[in-house]
Amino acid sequence: MALLEVDDLVTRFRTDDGIVKAVSGVTFSLDRGKTLGVVGESGSGKSVTFLTVMGLNDPRHTETTGSVRFDGNEILGLSTSQMRGIRGRRIGMIFQDPMTSLNPVKTIGWQLQEAVLLHNDVTKEEARKRAIDILKEVEIPRADTRVDDYPHQFSGGMRQRVMIAMALINNPEVLIADEPTTALDVTTQAQILRLMTKLQKEHEMAIVMITHDLGVVAELADDVLVMYGGRIVEKSEVHDLFEKPEMPYTWGLLGSLPRLNTTAERLEQIPGQPPSLLRPPRGCAFNPRCPYVFDRCREELPDLRAGAVGEGHTFRCHLADEDRARIWDAKKAALEAAEGSAA
Amino acid sequence: MLYFLIRRFFWAIFLFFCATVITYIIFFVIPSDPASIACGTHCTPQQIVHIRHSLHLDLPIYQQYWLFLWNIIRHQSLGYSYVNGVSVRWIIGQDAPVTASLVFGGAVFWLAISIPIGILSALRPRSILDRFGMIFVLIGISAPAVWIGLILAYVIGFKLGWTPIAGYCNLIPGSGVAGSCSGPAQWAYHMILPWLTFMFLFAALYVRLIRATVMETMSEDYVRTARAKGAPGQRVLVQHVLRNSMLPVVTILGMDIGLALGGAVFTETVFQLRGLGSELILSANRDDLPVVVGVVVFACIAVIVFNFIVDVAYAWLDPRIRLD
Repeated sequence: MALLEVDDLVTRFRTDDGIVKAVSGVTFSLDRGKTLGVVGESGSGKSVTFLTVMGLNDPRHTETTGSVRFDGNEILGLSTSQMRGIRGRRIGMIFQDPMTSLNPVKTIGWQLQEAVLLHNDVTKEEARKRAIDILKEVEIPRADTRVDDYPHQFSGGMRQRVMIAMALINNPEVLIADEPTTALDVTTQAQILRLMTKLQKEHEMAIVMITHDLGVVAELADDVLVMYGGRIVEKSEVHDLFEKPEMPYTWGLLGSLPRLNTTAERLEQIPGQPPSLLRPPRGCAFNPRCPYVFDRCREELPDLRAGAVGEGHTFRCHLADEDRARIWDAKKAALEAAEGSAA
Repeated sequence: MLYFLIRRFFWAIFLFFCATVITYIIFFVIPSDPASIACGTHCTPQQIVHIRHSLHLDLPIYQQYWLFLWNIIRHQSLGYSYVNGVSVRWIIGQDAPVTASLVFGGAVFWLAISIPIGILSALRPRSILDRFGMIFVLIGISAPAVWIGLILAYVIGFKLGWTPIAGYCNLIPGSGVAGSCSGPAQWAYHMILPWLTFMFLFAALYVRLIRATVMETMSEDYVRTARAKGAPGQRVLVQHVLRNSMLPVVTILGMDIGLALGGAVFTETVFQLRGLGSELILSANRDDLPVVVGVVVFACIAVIVFNFIVDVAYAWLDPRIRLD
């Protein structure tokens, strides 16, 4: 049995302009100790999916249907007090911007202790000891003195370490990381990712890595969800996704990945804008931007279907198998040729 | 901290000079003859000349200003009223407790009502309470102090007869003129209507302010972090939202109290409270320059002191701010 099973999850927000369909029928599962990469542009529904799993959307404006089973139990629609027993204890979450994600008027130690004291019946001294221990674990130098510092006395990378420490302090089974490295510079990004993999092994936890960076996914993930317009458009084991992506949006993402060893002067880009979730396009959500669009794409939403390797790799696309194979082979050859001539 | 204090001290001196010089210049520009007012109705021209000389009104304005400064330095005196010769320091000593009672009591009232309403309407935007609060705010912002004061005095004081319509009683029993009322109960009883007037005036602004800052803080990332930790809603509000959202409130509160201490003219006039505001109006009408300057000096000090308190409170509330 998978640790986290999400089935046909739908999240809609009521706004003044109408109903925003942020997540439409998302289904996936996550096993213990595994890493799930979730890729997509801003507004693809990747963050909202996991905020829904955590029950962190504002209930006054949100409608949610479907099912979220955690360790075999349904957690969607749990009362807030029941949900609190899961949040921060069994599922930890870290966010994109470490500069704003910590309370500026409380010390790091206070905020870490709060996480301990909320879920454990221990003394303040014990909580403080755990706070210092976890700071050491996330490799913060002089943890026993820095525990009394305020967030503004830490750099961005150090703050993200504190966020990770806070999410891990109660040994959760799942860590949801919502673009944890987006706001950091590249060298710090690498350190944070290395730290996360190290901690994942030590704590034997599953990680959900929400990102728009395919490089991060290639490095960390076991499985990948590609999201577009609130739906999963491709779902695969990681090597298979990079080896043989099955639909045009993923091709675009791979083509826009910067590579050092290439002679191409410009990065490929996906033309156009992400779809409006208020008034999504008819048919396939990607059809207005897809270079291979044909009439059926504008009428009918493609189902998730299995590709050459079977149920382990599914995707949404109306293009015939042989057309997709031909297009990808040509793209792959072009990418490799560019790399080859640069070498 | 020391550097901050020194800087504040010099700033206070600068402000003191600006305010008093401007007051002197205004008095000099406005055509006035304090001597004839001080003398009364049946004065010979010789008497007026004599009084003018004894009040130093025959000196040039810069010499008068210098005398004023010299009296402060040499005698710690703000001078004497032109009209009745009473020490200005004594007058302010009499009036300041009245104004302070009004302002601080009023502040307690307006905070007591605006903090809960502000927070509740931020937590439940567009609810009935929120909309009711907005109507209350609109009345408070649009209605002038005099009108609110008179309505309260008429309805509660006159028609219902629950409170006195006007007047002031000393807080400390037995102080003040013999035979006048005194004691905390009488003091509060007489101050209720002025406090309510202040409450209407200021609570309106504060409800809006608190509602806006609490709502803004509620959408901060660190509030989401706290909820992701599993903190209950009430704890999130108290520990993570309130302290952060009180920063702008503290700023405005300090400024308002400082300003109001310089004279809550309208409210004092309506309720016939002999505070600094009504003293200022009275003295200005009688061309009584020393008293006017005295009130201005007191107001300056009040503003400076409360700005200082705001800065210290700010640094205490927000560790990112250091006083240097």
